[in-house]
Amino acid sequence: MNLTNTLAALPLAFRKLNPRSMIHSPVMFTVLIGSIVCTLVSIQQLFMGSPTAVFSIIVTVWLWLTVIFGNLSEAIAEGRGKAQADSLRAARTSVMARRRIGALVPAGQSGGGYSEELVPGTDLAVGDIVICEAGDLIPSDGDVIEGLASVDESAITGESAPVIRESGGDRSSVTGGTRVLSDRIVIRITAASGKTFLDRMISLVEGATRQKTPNEIALNVLLASLTIVFVVCVMTLAPMANFANALPTPVVLVALLVCLIPTTIGALVPAIGIAGMDRLIQRNVLATSGRAVETAGDITTLLLDKTGTITYGNRRAVAFVAADGVSQDVLVGTARLSSLADETPEGRSIVDLALAGTQEGRSPEAVLADASTDLRGDVEVIEFSAVTRMSGLNFPVGHPANPGQTVLEVRKGAASAVELYAKERGGFLPQELEEAVLKISGTGGTPLLVATYDGERAQVLGVIHLADVVKPGMKERFAELRAMGIKTIMITGDNKITAAAIAAEAGVDDFVAEATPEDKLAVIKAEQDAGRLVAMTGDGTNDAPALAAADVGVAMNSGTSAAKEAANMVDLDSDPTKLIDIVGIGKQLLITRGSLTTFSVANDVAKYFAIVPALFAATFPGLGLLNIMGLSSPESAILSAVIFNALVIVALVPLALRGVKYRAVSAARALSRNLLIYGLGGVIAPFIGIKLIDLLVALIPTIG
Amino acid sequence: MVLNVFSLITQVVVLIVVLAVLHQPMGKYLAATFTSHKHLAVERGLYKLSGVDPQADQHWKVYLRSLIAFSVVSILVIFAGLLLQGVLPFNQGMGAVDPWVAMNTAVSFVTNTNWQTYVPETTLGFGAQMLLLAVQNFLSAAVGLAVVVALIRGLVRAETRNLGNFWVDLTRGTFRVLLPLAVIGAVVLLITGVIQNWGGTDIHTLVTGAQQTVPGGPVASQEAIKLLGTNGGGYFNANSAHPFENPTAFSNLFEILLILVIPFALPAMYGRMVGDKRQGYTLLTVMVAFWLASTALMAWAIAAFSGTGTSIGEGFEQRFGVAPSALFATATTLTSTGAVNVAHDSLPPLAGGLAMLNMMLGEIAPGGVGSGLYGLLVLSVVAVFIGGLMVGRTPEYLGKKIGAPQMKLVALYILVTPALVLLGTAITVAIPAISAAAPAEGPHGFSEILYAFTSAANNNGSAFGGITSSGPALASMLAVAMFVGRFLPIALVLALAGSLAKQRKIPETAGTLATHGPLFAALLGGVCLILTALTYFPALALGPAAEGLLK
Repeated sequence: MNLTNTLAALPLAFRKLNPRSMIHSPVMFTVLIGSIVCTLVSIQQLFMGSPTAVFSIIVTVWLWLTVIFGNLSEAIAEGRGKAQADSLRAARTSVMARRRIGALVPAGQSGGGYSEELVPGTDLAVGDIVICEAGDLIPSDGDVIEGLASVDESAITGESAPVIRESGGDRSSVTGGTRVLSDRIVIRITAASGKTFLDRMISLVEGATRQKTPNEIALNVLLASLTIVFVVCVMTLAPMANFANALPTPVVLVALLVCLIPTTIGALVPAIGIAGMDRLIQRNVLATSGRAVETAGDITTLLLDKTGTITYGNRRAVAFVAADGVSQDVLVGTARLSSLADETPEGRSIVDLALAGTQEGRSPEAVLADASTDLRGDVEVIEFSAVTRMSGLNFPVGHPANPGQTVLEVRKGAASAVELYAKERGGFLPQELEEAVLKISGTGGTPLLVATYDGERAQVLGVIHLADVVKPGMKERFAELRAMGIKTIMITGDNKITAAAIAAEAGVDDFVAEATPEDKLAVIKAEQDAGRLVAMTGDGTNDAPALAAADVGVAMNSGTSAAKEAANMVDLDSDPTKLIDIVGIGKQLLITRGSLTTFSVANDVAKYFAIVPALFAATFPGLGLLNIMGLSSPESAILSAVIFNALVIVALVPLALRGVKYRAVSAARALSRNLLIYGLGGVIAPFIGIKLIDLLVALIPTIG
Repeated sequence: MVLNVFSLITQVVVLIVVLAVLHQPMGKYLAATFTSHKHLAVERGLYKLSGVDPQADQHWKVYLRSLIAFSVVSILVIFAGLLLQGVLPFNQGMGAVDPWVAMNTAVSFVTNTNWQTYVPETTLGFGAQMLLLAVQNFLSAAVGLAVVVALIRGLVRAETRNLGNFWVDLTRGTFRVLLPLAVIGAVVLLITGVIQNWGGTDIHTLVTGAQQTVPGGPVASQEAIKLLGTNGGGYFNANSAHPFENPTAFSNLFEILLILVIPFALPAMYGRMVGDKRQGYTLLTVMVAFWLASTALMAWAIAAFSGTGTSIGEGFEQRFGVAPSALFATATTLTSTGAVNVAHDSLPPLAGGLAMLNMMLGEIAPGGVGSGLYGLLVLSVVAVFIGGLMVGRTPEYLGKKIGAPQMKLVALYILVTPALVLLGTAITVAIPAISAAAPAEGPHGFSEILYAFTSAANNNGSAFGGITSSGPALASMLAVAMFVGRFLPIALVLALAGSLAKQRKIPETAGTLATHGPLFAALLGGVCLILTALTYFPALALGPAAEGLLK
């Protein structure tokens, strides 16, 4: 919150004074009615020349300020989304789309067999087929049904690097408003104009479609009930005080009412909700509703895909195990050669690991030069195939790596495949390597055998240990989650042994091995039947049922439109780890709401002690003893309480927008901390605040 | 007056020791009573006679309908009985009761309030006392028990709307809990010297020639259930200040024990029924804390402001003194009892204010039979709502979500009593013809009216006796306060129970707000103080505080 966006929000704050929009917050609506009553009373007093007119006017002004401050907090929160919405709108400029018409164009004419027509993007209907080429803006959301293109999605993700979109598979969805950079794709439109992803996003960040979440409704019920109790309390006070011949003016009664009803939380509830949504958007996550954010805080089970979330997407070489009689250097060197042409991440990780041992003293240029000399044009590259399950190189005679007289074959591959390869060529699998292979498999790793064949006899040189590498810090995060009472379940297509090893290393609570998308759905149903709330991420079309069934389903933006449609959140960065952050944001939202409610209600204690003696001390001097703050006069006491009540809203706006600091700790620790700060603090703070304001207010001539 | 601190502490310690010994076994017995599937022979006979199917599991609405129907019929029976007293047997020559008084009394006894706008000695024969009022002493308390048991079932059960059978709960509460305890209580009271006879009022001529009227009656049998059922309607006008109702220091302490014994055992029953004794202990802690703090404050307020030196204040029973009076006054206002051993009207203003505050707290420490615990459970829901948010979860209580439907019921619940008290008081003071019923000068007159409505809406029954509530206006307004103050909260509690029972249970995790332990107890205590008692701050300021705080 800075001065600029506060000032920018002011006009909206005044527009929100419309009673029709105020009525949604019973607390602030009560303040509005009170302000109107006080205004009328003040005017009347002014005309009557009443000596209390000045006091009444000042109180009335502060009551109006209370209303404005409440609206301002909401307006500022909404304003933060506005800027984002404007930049998004720029991407939604009306584009002309090349719609394909069903009729075939007579042979011999261009147009790829179909005719086309130019229509405005807004006229497109679901199911239309459009064509986009390099430089075109994609007119609406859709699935690629033909072709492959690189697409600039920076308009929605903020990420400048282009992404590949292609027909079939899990990368087929395109978003309206993004730009095709190269090639040509044919798209089937999946969203009508005005209902596209971009449109939804704009209305979300603007808060236009904001509906009260279930918990917000429940909180508003409690606040409304407290408001009614205090309205009854103050309205009945009039005849009671009259009975004691100490009837206060209506202005004073309204001041008492406004101070007692929970204005602080009543004013800040909308801002807290909008800010929670905003924090998600800041992290590039879009939620379809505020409800989803709230549910995120309740999640008790996280379903995490192993690949990409818990481990790096790919297996990496972590060790070389040489056969007896083979030097480590020979194995490492051969392993490197076998993988030089292997562009897969596994292959590159082998080269990297091989170089890591020998790199000292060699410049990167030298290493690169080495690779290019080793991979001369006459070297035959044997690509990996599902049948051979091996890859490698054939070095011709005369190649520096081949000292022999015949072609030297270097191979690496799955243990059984390489063993068969060696046996067919007179070799064998040494006992120690067989054991090493079993051992590596037993720990969840993948063993790759390295073999050479020089035309006479094949030799198995050793084993490369490939392993899934758990991302650093995951174990700690899972421990945090456990402390927060959240269970983590790892989902993987790996076999049980591998899965168990990774699960143990990462520290997840449970795992499902050899999982199919149907298994995901089954796990979700089982957890939900046990009363737990489940969150998961997914990207494929076959994840869609599970995403829809999960209480919080986060689709990757890179995923299919079916997945995005089924999920209630979309992560624009396509980072599955973010699920953990999302849970944190949900919790933070609820904690902020609860803490400020506690603070607001606890404030009442001090306000009673300020106002009640001020009301009646003139009639019953003994009640002056309740003036424990020693406020200077009845007028200044009431005014100070009203001013404090208004200012505390402004003071807490930054906290409402930022959220109460959230730590991943157990419920008991979170409660004791927040109870101490916002409960006890809420009792004490107003005593100090009201006293300080009183010292200033007392300087006003007719008040002090 | 001089407060004998040693005497106070001794009595408090005796009470604590006895209650500590009794509460778990009694809680176990209560839990077994309301969860057992067996019916006693006498109960089966009763069900057969009344056509009740004891196996029927009632939807919350049916449970509520049964309860309301039963209570309304009870009111009508008592009303008719009092009007027809002149022609009914055992009337000891007493005639028909004034209709306004009869109406007020009928509502009062059925709502467990026992506000007495009549003078028993000159109004009722022992037929009306025993067959009408004493019966309600049992039944109205059993209704309270039934409601809290139904609420606990709502927390325990899952995916059902049924809360048990009202008729079975009512019967068991009466025959298995209240009746045996009342028999024991009556016998002990007899031993301490409480009278039990069939004689009417004797008139003796004293040596001085003056005539003394000595009333008799079946007092001990009535006295036991008056206290056990947190009813409070005395056989005599002087209530437990009368030597025939409360003859000795020991009987006084025993009567306090009778008031507290069931309400303090209910948390133990609750803990067992929900399968987690810690839940019960936590609520018990809150109850005990309020009780001890209030007792200490009451003793201080009486000692500091009542008369000077060793003089005994006006309105105090000379046989007792500060400690027994403070203990009794606190116990009777923190529960829904309303029996008194000191004229509350004569308490020093701050002590009288404290008595009001005790009731305004919602009578939850430990509260009336059943009503105290369900009141505290409803406030627990509020505490869970606020606390749950503070730990970052949408709130849940014992595995049940507290969403908007639950909060609506709870919000209404916390609205009902303050609205009744404040509106009733405001209307009364606004109409001089009605407020003339409280003739005391200045703030004290106001206190009498405030006390009357606080007592009625909270179903307490004690009074600042200076007020005359037998006139049509006050009698009807107080009757409305008693009726609505009893049955609207009960309806809301049963609806809450139904909405909780419907849900499935959410398993507890480390991220769940624990509803046991000192932290939750502190939160709950704070919620009770701020949400209930503070609402009355301005009203209390105009009454007891204005009278008692002197510069």
